Amino acid sequence: MYDTIIIGAGMSGLAAGIRLAHYDQKVCILERHYTIGGLNSFYRVGGRDYDVGLHAVTNFTEKGAKKGPLAKILRQLRFKWEEFSLSPQAGSRISFPGMDLKFDNDIELLRSEIASHFPDQVDGFRKLEALIGGYDQLDQESFEQSTREIMGTCITDPLLTDMLLCPLMWYGNAREHDMDWGQFSIMFESIYREGFARPFKGVRLILKNLVKRYRSLGGELKLRKGVKRIHVQDGHAQAVELDDGEIIVGKRVLSSAGRIETLRMCDDVSEVDTRQVGKLTFIESISILDRQPTDLGLDETIVFYNDSDKFHWERPQDDLCDMRTGVICSPNNYEYSDGQQLDDGVVRITSIAEFDRWNQLDESAYQVAKARWYDRAVESAVRFVPDFRSQVIATDMFTPKTIRRFTWHDNGAVYGAPDKKLDGTTHLDNVFLCGTDQGFVGIIGSIMSGISIANQHCLRD
Amino acid sequence: MAPAEIREAIIEILEDIAPDEDLSTLEDPKAFRDQLELDSMDFLDIVMELRKRYRVQVPEEDYGHLNSMASTVEYLTPKMEDIAV
Ligand SMILES: Cc1cc2nc3c(=O)[nH]c(=O)nc-3n(C[C@H](O)[C@H](O)[C@H](O)COP(=O)(O)OP(=O)(O)OC[C@H]3O[C@@H](n4cnc5c(N)ncnc54)[C@H](O)[C@@H]3O)c2cc1C
Repeated sequence: MYDTIIIGAGMSGLAAGIRLAHYDQKVCILERHYTIGGLNSFYRVGGRDYDVGLHAVTNFTEKGAKKGPLAKILRQLRFKWEEFSLSPQAGSRISFPGMDLKFDNDIELLRSEIASHFPDQVDGFRKLEALIGGYDQLDQESFEQSTREIMGTCITDPLLTDMLLCPLMWYGNAREHDMDWGQFSIMFESIYREGFARPFKGVRLILKNLVKRYRSLGGELKLRKGVKRIHVQDGHAQAVELDDGEIIVGKRVLSSAGRIETLRMCDDVSEVDTRQVGKLTFIESISILDRQPTDLGLDETIVFYNDSDKFHWERPQDDLCDMRTGVICSPNNYEYSDGQQLDDGVVRITSIAEFDRWNQLDESAYQVAKARWYDRAVESAVRFVPDFRSQVIATDMFTPKTIRRFTWHDNGAVYGAPDKKLDGTTHLDNVFLCGTDQGFVGIIGSIMSGISIANQHCLRD
Repeated sequence: MAPAEIREAIIEILEDIAPDEDLSTLEDPKAFRDQLELDSMDFLDIVMELRKRYRVQVPEEDYGHLNSMASTVEYLTPKMEDIAV
């Protein structure tokens, strides 16, 4: 009998596992995939290491900082700052037609960019900044307020509103068109106030640290063990049944599989409302270059681009992808310590995609579409950064179908469902949600989610 | 454990949960919150570490006693006096 059974060995499940195992619980993490990491895993193809998700670890604060989510998770998980080995970004940019705003890990740069390009919006931006709180100042009701409405009371230039929203929506918005105020506040803090960083070795370093710590505390991790059902009696989960029929008994279940995905497992639920599932998903087009991106004049860490004044954050209406907006990231462009540099030049481009259309393609059409949309994504991106196409020596690409296949999230939705369940509760008194659908997304967000739901619901008995 | 030893035990816990804090200047009568950057997650950790290390239970309604070092030691003294160092 386990104290807690955790579904999923992504960031949130591993972080929750560490908390519970540290306080002597008997914990078991069940993961359906053959490896850990979930939406932010890593893989090896053609002799090269790739990260699934990592562009940037957000919420960067310097060593010794006592405030902010990074400091908080390091404390809660008992890691030293050095163990995440984060190097800060070189600098990033929001690029719209005829207008660029630069930002880095010091919000003064963004403020001065706004002052020079939108002088009449300086007071409005200051007002907006004053309204923004952190993770702990959010209840469900204020979390769900409309960001566009609140921004409208501060900023009167629609171009600036859309430019500011662009990176924040890209890195954490599960809702189309608008954004929950709570999510906006969290992302504003994570990206504009704190900023981007990356471990030289990529996401595997963070994941390996998490799993090593979890195991050293006596936590059990079972890979290739998917949960098929949660056996329920009288509003209470009794046990979980695995894909292979094995039954595992625990006092409670903490699931990072997603809300609807988890409800579907419960054997007292006959139907789920799939309209509540997230719809936003991506393709990621990765190019390996024969030189460093800076040799081509591509020296920014991340460029968030949009090709018209109006930013459309929505699922593609009539095609497999939408090329009007995208994110261009070069993992080379971080200030790695001791002058270290990645051997290969890398450019990663993220574009919005539509799950159903990708999913319906047969195998040969799928391969053709991958090749075509890689080309289109790059073609779209080089309008905003120097053209790197003749330096490409290898490529890789993944689609919503890939994301779905390896994480089992409905629609391959990267940021989960639009409606979040901040307190992590379900209709069952001993089944809780952490990760994406609880509400905190991204690497730091999902770790924070695992910690706070473990603290709230799984530790105090 | 005597009060001085309980104090030492709390310092050890604080060193673990807040390694970047300078605890040498901690003033016992003053609230932790006014001297250290501790939030509700950290307070939960003080309680949980007491339970893990010394099997001492602090019920939620008593969390207020953990306000300062002085009040914490006073509150814990009867609960921990039988614990061998
Ligand atoms: C392309 C892409 C780029 C990204 N870029 C960044 C970035 O640059 N910075 C950043 O901070 N974040 C980024 N993210 C987001 C970040 O990766 C996620 O928010 C975070 O990893 C979510 O973690 P999680 O624990 O909530 O969910 P997940 O990682 O999805 O964990 C859930 C786990 O549960 C498992 N599971 C599901 N169903 C079952 C079942 N029935 N039984 C057992 N196991 C099951 C899954 O396999 C998975 O491992 C990116 C994501 C993607 C896809």
